[in-house]
Amino acid sequence: MTGEGGPRAAEEYSAACIDHFTQPRNVGAVEAADGKGSDANPSCGDRTTITLRVSEGRVAEVRFRTFGCTAAIASASALTELASGQRIGDAQRLGPADVLRALGGLPQRKEACALMAVGALRAALLDAQVKA
Amino acid sequence: MKRVYLDHAATTPVDPEVAEAMTRVLTETHGNPSSVYAEGRTARALVDRARDEVAAALGADPSEIVFTSGGTEADNLALRGTFLARKADGDGIVTTAIEHHAVLDTAHDLADRHRARLAVLPVDRHGRVSAADVERALDARTVLVSVMHGNNEIGTLQPIAEIGRVCAARGVTFHTDAVQTVGALPFDVGAIPVDLVSVNAHKFYGPKGVGALYIRKGTRLATVQTGGGQERGRRTGTENVAGIVGLGVAMRLAQAHREAESARQARLRDRLIEGVRAHIPDAILTGHPTERLPNSASFCFPGTQGEALVVSLDLAGFAVSSGSACTSGSTEPSHVITALGLDRATAQGSLRLTVGRGTTEADVDALLAALPPIVARLRSISAVPA
Repeated sequence: MTGEGGPRAAEEYSAACIDHFTQPRNVGAVEAADGKGSDANPSCGDRTTITLRVSEGRVAEVRFRTFGCTAAIASASALTELASGQRIGDAQRLGPADVLRALGGLPQRKEACALMAVGALRAALLDAQVKA
Repeated sequence: MKRVYLDHAATTPVDPEVAEAMTRVLTETHGNPSSVYAEGRTARALVDRARDEVAAALGADPSEIVFTSGGTEADNLALRGTFLARKADGDGIVTTAIEHHAVLDTAHDLADRHRARLAVLPVDRHGRVSAADVERALDARTVLVSVMHGNNEIGTLQPIAEIGRVCAARGVTFHTDAVQTVGALPFDVGAIPVDLVSVNAHKFYGPKGVGALYIRKGTRLATVQTGGGQERGRRTGTENVAGIVGLGVAMRLAQAHREAESARQARLRDRLIEGVRAHIPDAILTGHPTERLPNSASFCFPGTQGEALVVSLDLAGFAVSSGSACTSGSTEPSHVITALGLDRATAQGSLRLTVGRGTTEADVDALLAALPPIVARLRSISAVPA
């Protein structure tokens, strides 16, 4: 069965979001990480873990793993890109609004996914500071 | 891009012959079936012919068919109408954990707002409930049992004939939501002791927004909506003439092609199941291995999330669905998948592939080529061990 194109499941997401979903940046885990943090969305079961390495007060390397939907994966990818190279204090100030801006927005009901990525990054940064 | 539609359990494309018949009704007739003059009688005759076709397909008498606005309304009428009509007999309703929301939420509403005593039966790991389980759940005050025939998410078929016999012996009204099976499998109310059967046109290449409820002669059913008294008072409201005609034609076509077409679809289904298992060894087939809808293959892929699977396949040109719709950003995994006893994370990675009349072997093979790398990619992101 074939049919016409038309709006599809994928089309509720922006081009930037689909780009981060299909070609996510910084997937994986940093070896011998200075900081590690996770956040989950208890209502849907999605989870993101972020690991990072700090060098001279900056985020030298940051990687993520996400079990979750399109928006959850794209949010984590976009956030790791934003955090790379940032001073720790600046990285800590990254919020859901920054993720949404980088993704060109998310469907309104998916905004919790951006929050989950931010939660994981902040936990990882805090972990790095505690260990330092 | 060539699109491959593998979501026929959600809905089916309208058959061209159905569309043509409906167009003719819309353009060439305008009468109200309740009017006594010629235009009205023409409309009445069209509705009656469709009623004959639906009745013939089910082995029913035409007077036992009531048209509705679809499966949800048929389910609501069956449950609410029975509960209201049999209040003097009792207040017990028995259903299963894997019913469609149209049944499950209606049953819960009757419990919450009308003090029905509700028993929701668990299912086995294949999604089956047994007639013995139903029998054990009955008591002197049970008035209604509702068990679906074929499950929309996992395809499992229920032993409705056996359950019907249990209910008949106890004087309990038995309803089945047969929305996924009528048109695909033989359904003869002469052979299956069932009192109420929900039917939905758009599941067998008819239009959306029209369905029917079979009501066995002598079944007590109260009116749920009030008004002008159409459908012999059982479902009031001016008939959707074009839709009803479409339902009748779709039913006739489905009956004519059912045997050969369902066998063909079952071969495609088996090709899907075998192919997925060969390429993704840890895929979990959900639903019953053999007692399942001829067009339905459903799986869980641990380490993946359903919405991400659906979006990935959509980008690759395939229309499929997942029980984990994730529609509110706070969606629980499907109640059907979790009822099978799978853990929550596994239940999240559900995928349903349902073939149809237009599906070819090439479509199936294209899906089998596209899916494994998508599953592997999502697993590499989540790093849940494969």
